[in-house]
Amino acid sequence: MSSENEKDGQPSGTAESSEDVKSLSKDEAKKFYEEKGIDFSPDAPVKPKPIPQFEKSISDKIASKFSSKVTVDYVRNGRIRVSTKKEDILDVAHFIRDELGYDHAESVSGVDYPDSKEIEVVYHLGSYTDEKLANQVLTLATRVPREEIPTPGKDSSRMTSLREVFYSVEFHERECFEMFGVYFEGHPDNRRLLLPEDWADIPPFRKDFKIKGR
Amino acid sequence: MTTQLPPGIQLENIDDRIMTLNVGPQHPGSGHMRLIIKVDGDYIVSCDPDPGYVHRGEEKMAEYRNYIQNIPHLERPVIHDSSNILYPYCLAVEELLGIEVPERAKYIRVIAAELNRCIYILYWLAIYGIFLGHSTMFMWPAGDRELFIDLLEAMSGARVTHAYLVPGGVRNDLPANFEERCLRQVDYFEKRLKEYQAVFYKNPILISRTEGTGILSRTDAIRLGTTGSVLRASGVNFDIRKKEPYDVYENLDFEPVVMKEGDSYARSYVPYLEMFESCRIIRDAIRKMPKSGSVRTKLKPNPKGGNDEVYKRVESGRGALGYYIVSNNRPEPYRVKISVGSFRNLICMPYLLKGELLGNMPAVYWSLNYWPVEADR
Repeated sequence: MSSENEKDGQPSGTAESSEDVKSLSKDEAKKFYEEKGIDFSPDAPVKPKPIPQFEKSISDKIASKFSSKVTVDYVRNGRIRVSTKKEDILDVAHFIRDELGYDHAESVSGVDYPDSKEIEVVYHLGSYTDEKLANQVLTLATRVPREEIPTPGKDSSRMTSLREVFYSVEFHERECFEMFGVYFEGHPDNRRLLLPEDWADIPPFRKDFKIKGR
Repeated sequence: MTTQLPPGIQLENIDDRIMTLNVGPQHPGSGHMRLIIKVDGDYIVSCDPDPGYVHRGEEKMAEYRNYIQNIPHLERPVIHDSSNILYPYCLAVEELLGIEVPERAKYIRVIAAELNRCIYILYWLAIYGIFLGHSTMFMWPAGDRELFIDLLEAMSGARVTHAYLVPGGVRNDLPANFEERCLRQVDYFEKRLKEYQAVFYKNPILISRTEGTGILSRTDAIRLGTTGSVLRASGVNFDIRKKEPYDVYENLDFEPVVMKEGDSYARSYVPYLEMFESCRIIRDAIRKMPKSGSVRTKLKPNPKGGNDEVYKRVESGRGALGYYIVSNNRPEPYRVKISVGSFRNLICMPYLLKGELLGNMPAVYWSLNYWPVEADR
């Protein structure tokens, strides 16, 4: 990732205005695109959308239970994102399973933020048992410290495993451990999964691991 | 042995009675993955799936390419179902960039996705047949698959990896007389499908090997977070096309297939019945499709997503398929996570194979509708 001077943004908030096209000046580019009939408005238009009621009621339940411990990042149609500190994630997960009715994890992803020295672990949770939640995906995110020189399993990049709450995270967390070096405490089986056994490099999905030739 | 082992590597204790077998990764019985199976006599004591033989780092590759360059390589994990693996990517990028898709393109996408679902299921059925020693069931689906491959070739110009779905619609419009040709082939295909029933699904040998083996209860299916035909064969009525309809699925007429047994037979029967539903969807979509109009909203060159993230999912041939895309106001995505059905169903293997006969391993393993290349990404 060639993000030299890009700010490492939280994936929320408003879109910034688009940059100029490198080879042309702004007016030239505008003329060039207008001649071709292409619209030169900003790339990702920010449309204010109404906040859906049902999703809001779910996020309110989490927010009123944990007040300052959780942040509700966004509430959209069918999608809620909640982030919390890694110390509180087990309590929040228990609440989400027992009180709200989410019963399985769809995916566990890591996102590496080298500029703020953090790795974000994102759980996407869904429900099979509750008919009303069938079109909902709840995103539960937390951040763990990121080491400059990673030693997977031995450094401070670690958090509590959610396996005892959501059994289905077992393989997803194993993948996250080998790809980002985030150790999951309490996970019974923190072994390699996809990478070869003789892999001796840093976890490959970190941003400082470069693909050869790029 | 006192030397320090690298993290992730463990030494095995050797037992006189228990024998360890490596099934795969180059063995055709497992596809491109390894199952480390421990057997006591002829019974499986434990099974440890070891995927990753064909891990290509698609997610990492996607961080180096822009939203348009990402299209062709993201369909590689499962080339037999390439429309369905591109579908959530297109939906996600459209939401990130705020693109509206023309109505006709939505119907064409649904037709392409359903044709591709049939192609995938037929390919899987062919493999399932041959591993149970039923050569006819290899030849028939492999032959009938050509019908749909020809249709997709007429639509897109390529037989298998066609990259037909793009953010903003589909790459090109349908050829002339496509509707009639498609309906004719779907009618013929449904007649053929009924013959599969007599030769395969009512075959006493198949029934004796699959009925009652590898039973996954409804509770376990939910707890393990399985998806797709595995989940529906265990009695959970969950199909994203119904529960969270994308594009025009809410206008189309079909019923998700659900069975209660949860054994290998049910898991192999559900995808077969889903092909009938796919035919129903294709017919309905052709009837309701606008007969003319634009099929693609043009993107600007090198579009940038804002500081945003999006999670979109569709129902593929193997279950829910989700894309989680984080964007940081650059032409390349900051992070792409592909959550695939095969990877989610991997967790069933240790549970289902424990206590089975070794000879039933292929019957249980392939009934999971598992595609190793997709799980590895």
